[in-house]
Amino acid sequence: MDNLLSLWNGLTPELQSVIVTTLQIVGVMLAVVICVAFLTLAERKVIGFMQLRHGPNRIAIFGLPFLRGVAQPFADVIKLLLKEVLVPSAADKKLFMLAPLIVLVPALAAWAVIPFSPEFVLADINAGLLYVLALTSLGVYGVILAGWAANSKYAFLGAMRSAAQMVAYEIAMGFALVGVLMAAGSLNLGDIVRSQEGGPLAWHWFWLFPLFVVYFISGVAETNRAPFDVAEGESEIVAGFHVEYSGAAFATLFALPEYANMMLVATLAALMFLGGWLSPLQGYVPDEWFLAQSSFFWLFLKVGLLLFVFLWIRATFPRYRYDQIMRLGWKVLIPVTLVWIAVEGVMVWLKIGPWAP
Amino acid sequence: MLENYLPTLIFLLVAGAFGVVLLVLGWLLGPRRPTAEKASAYECGFEAFEDTRMKFDVRYYLVAILFIIFDLEIAFLFPWAVSLDVIGGFGLLSMAMFLAVLVVGFIYEWKKGALEWD
Repeated sequence: MDNLLSLWNGLTPELQSVIVTTLQIVGVMLAVVICVAFLTLAERKVIGFMQLRHGPNRIAIFGLPFLRGVAQPFADVIKLLLKEVLVPSAADKKLFMLAPLIVLVPALAAWAVIPFSPEFVLADINAGLLYVLALTSLGVYGVILAGWAANSKYAFLGAMRSAAQMVAYEIAMGFALVGVLMAAGSLNLGDIVRSQEGGPLAWHWFWLFPLFVVYFISGVAETNRAPFDVAEGESEIVAGFHVEYSGAAFATLFALPEYANMMLVATLAALMFLGGWLSPLQGYVPDEWFLAQSSFFWLFLKVGLLLFVFLWIRATFPRYRYDQIMRLGWKVLIPVTLVWIAVEGVMVWLKIGPWAP
Repeated sequence: MLENYLPTLIFLLVAGAFGVVLLVLGWLLGPRRPTAEKASAYECGFEAFEDTRMKFDVRYYLVAILFIIFDLEIAFLFPWAVSLDVIGGFGLLSMAMFLAVLVVGFIYEWKKGALEWD
């Protein structure tokens, strides 16, 4: 212990801060991965109850009789790691193994700029939102590569569909973000949250409601979730771009990034439209109460709520047809955002709403 | 200023390392018994008819090209939206004109049927 301490003190301050940052990063990343594990469980449970089933209810921690099903995600992970990683003989092997990484890395690394509470953010950079947008766009490359490298027709078709859908909805998403930036006046996610100070009606969802809806729908489409999951379309192209992946490669390519991206979309929606860590009771209860103060607790609650809506949507809506998806993206969502940006421009001009002097 | 960006770089490396560790774990723990049938491309149990490197629909290209135009537009809107309070009425008006020109283009491609998918 003393040896370690003297070794630590012998390091330069720069190196010390890098090590501390790295440990924080590993902590955040593991937290995200564990949340992903429990999100998969929550999905199966929620959809199960919505369809009057129990969902997973066998595997309990150490065989304890209560909370049955809680250990299901860990059993799933172990199973996936123990399966054979098949590489098709016709595939481009290097690209085939590279593609999962290109999907996974942006899905995790985007969390670097997310402010979890007023005090804690890993990288407090002033181009935070731009960084998130840039990283999430990279996921498309992974999808295209996965579909192309597998050299299977199902994978190829799934990748084409998925890529076209992702880029189409990214435009609507980008326009919605422009609306948020007009209201917040900053690209730093912490500043965006701080610009919403003052109770639920001061949050951006109120003045930017159409953009909030468009952002959420595009988020569902971006993550290829139902009802926009034609990329997967198990009734037509089996499983789309990840049909040839198995075992650990499947886990890193598909399961982990998909759920991490879902959480990212929900977190960004909470930060940009629902006031992030700000309390909805601000101004309604005494300020010194915990419930009126900004904390991670509120962010967690809002993200949880939005994730529940994700699962609810999946349990409720039947899958869209591909031409309907493209029509919704190009002919409905983009015009709506354009109109609302123009409306916002008029509001800025007349100095009403959040732009009042 | 620039050292604020260091955590993002470290995070990229850590996330990459995590992915590699997962893949290597799967490689070490899982069995490896490939057979010719197992390693062939999946086509619902049939022999694969032809190579996958085939012609595909030109509309995917069209979507990609339209995406580039609109994405550039968004990249152009970002700095404008952030500096709204500095540029004042003149900035608002110039962006309104820019957007109007783009909307004309958008209506053109809509009428031309570039957004149809059937």
